[in-house]
Amino acid sequence: MQGRDNLLHRRRLEKVFVAVALVLIVSALLVLLSLTAEMFIDGLPRLNWKFFTSFPSRHASDAGLLSAWVGTVLVISLAAIFSIPLGIAAGVYLEEYGRDSWLAAIIEINVTNLAAVPPIIYGLVALGIFVQSWNLGETVLTGGLTIALLMLPTVVVVSREAIRAIPASLKEAAYAVGASKWQVIWDHVLPYSLGSILTGVIVAVSRAIGETAPLITVGALTYIAFLPESPFTSKFPYVSFAWLQAPFTVVPIQMFNWISRAGTDFQANAAAAGAVLVILTLLMNGVAIYLRYRLRKAVQW
Amino acid sequence: MKTKHKVMGVVAATATAAALTLGVIQKEAESQGAKTIKIDGSSTVFPITEAVAEEFQKQKKGSVRVTVGISGTGGGFEKFCSSNPSLRTDISNASRPIKKEEIEACKKSGVEFIELPVAYDALTVVVNKNNKAINSITVEELKTIWSKESQQKGIKRWNQVNPKWPNAEFKLYGPGLDSGTYDYFKEAILGKNNDIRSDFTPSEDDNVLVQGVARDPNGMGYFGFAYYEENTDKLKALAIVNPETKKPVMPSAQNVLNGSYKPLSRPLYIYVNKASANKPEVKEFVNFYLRNAAKLSKQVGYVPLPADDYKKAEARFQKGEVGRIPLRAGL
Repeated sequence: MQGRDNLLHRRRLEKVFVAVALVLIVSALLVLLSLTAEMFIDGLPRLNWKFFTSFPSRHASDAGLLSAWVGTVLVISLAAIFSIPLGIAAGVYLEEYGRDSWLAAIIEINVTNLAAVPPIIYGLVALGIFVQSWNLGETVLTGGLTIALLMLPTVVVVSREAIRAIPASLKEAAYAVGASKWQVIWDHVLPYSLGSILTGVIVAVSRAIGETAPLITVGALTYIAFLPESPFTSKFPYVSFAWLQAPFTVVPIQMFNWISRAGTDFQANAAAAGAVLVILTLLMNGVAIYLRYRLRKAVQW
Repeated sequence: MKTKHKVMGVVAATATAAALTLGVIQKEAESQGAKTIKIDGSSTVFPITEAVAEEFQKQKKGSVRVTVGISGTGGGFEKFCSSNPSLRTDISNASRPIKKEEIEACKKSGVEFIELPVAYDALTVVVNKNNKAINSITVEELKTIWSKESQQKGIKRWNQVNPKWPNAEFKLYGPGLDSGTYDYFKEAILGKNNDIRSDFTPSEDDNVLVQGVARDPNGMGYFGFAYYEENTDKLKALAIVNPETKKPVMPSAQNVLNGSYKPLSRPLYIYVNKASANKPEVKEFVNFYLRNAAKLSKQVGYVPLPADDYKKAEARFQKGEVGRIPLRAGL
């Protein structure tokens, strides 16, 4: 009887704990949801086609997000192009080649530390190196490189985790049939870990989308009413890289500018820009989940 | 096997893209011919310059591009006078005249500038809407409230400043120390050798200051007139006692223009790089600016200069007169 009472008591305790945890998470989610909902409701009147196709303006109803979202897309794509191959390569090196070497130890300490450095510091480093020493100017290229620096530690850490999760038996089996180290990495380790790596990369990208401080430091603008040159041209060689040299702004900066203006008209624009950022992040996370699902299904062991 | 090809494809594509990018950058940097006017500086002047840039680009149908940043007056001058020519801006927005150190920096980099006033702003001192006790304030009282000296003396209640005021602790909200607005307030109220107290809430975003004072019954803050004008339902502006006539004067366009709102009406400037002024697109833009500043500055909540001043400014620009020279007394 004693033991049974005790059991009932412990089960009751557990139920209480579950209830408390549930209340906590529901209230946290409710706060988040209501804030997001309010933002969407405020921004809804502005969320139309015109908002995405017009430049900023002093009239709130004419002001749009065109230069900002194009800037965000360019900067983020560039950052991904630079940071993903480098990050994955670093992850491979650290996990497969550099284990236990002093070089790897130094890199590892640096990478872990870098992941904790506040974004504004990256902005200052980028200002010193890209803008002032390399003379890259206050351009899309500088912005992309800056965000790439910011993403790099995350990508390295994620790649390492993903590669480490591949069972040793798999690699050993490949070695046993005479595969070289590179063959093992290229044919087995990378394809199998790609799903997890991609997920991590996309999470890093969706964080980078909201980044403002480092971009302001390297000279992202506030008012810009033209688009960078098109990357595709009608003449040979059909691609142009002039857009790399273009000045830029990004969505969070445009949003901040609208919030800090006198008058309430622009608050709706800011809310709409916020909604766009949230949708963009949700979409990217959705893609991450889908990719992981697809790639995991393709891999079987 | 399918996955393997995918990996190779991704890696190959990114590698090619990166290589192409790096290879072509240098060439493109030289060949880019689009005419761009680079402007940076004060966030107070930003709305006027933005309005001018918007209209100008509409008129030019995209043949000239204008970019405007908000690094603050000081940050703007840093770029304007930069020793690195590729970072220099053509025009700098400023909510106060250029400082001696900044003139020195410009001289060192060989940058000559033309100073042009473009509008007035009335720095407005506000308190909470429900603050019935205080209606006007003298420069001395403002100094007592905001100075470092008073903080050290332990002054933090209204009635320590003026015995007629309530016995309650005031809460201060003001622009951050990098802004030209702060610089102007400091010079006009506290004097050159005085410092501002450290226990106020600073923000670069004037709406944060508006919210702060609107929510705090004992709040006080100062910012540009445009922000007060948009929030008259939440804030109460104080009349400033004119140091000469001893009469309290409310901030308004009229009182700024007739010169009675003193000492907090401040001129706003643009500084044009002399070398850039020789470029036809910059010349055209500045002339367009001065001709439309009256209409556009009013639209965004500022006080236009008298028409005569814009003519004088245009004449100065035509002549290319450089240096920090007041256009007339008070500008």
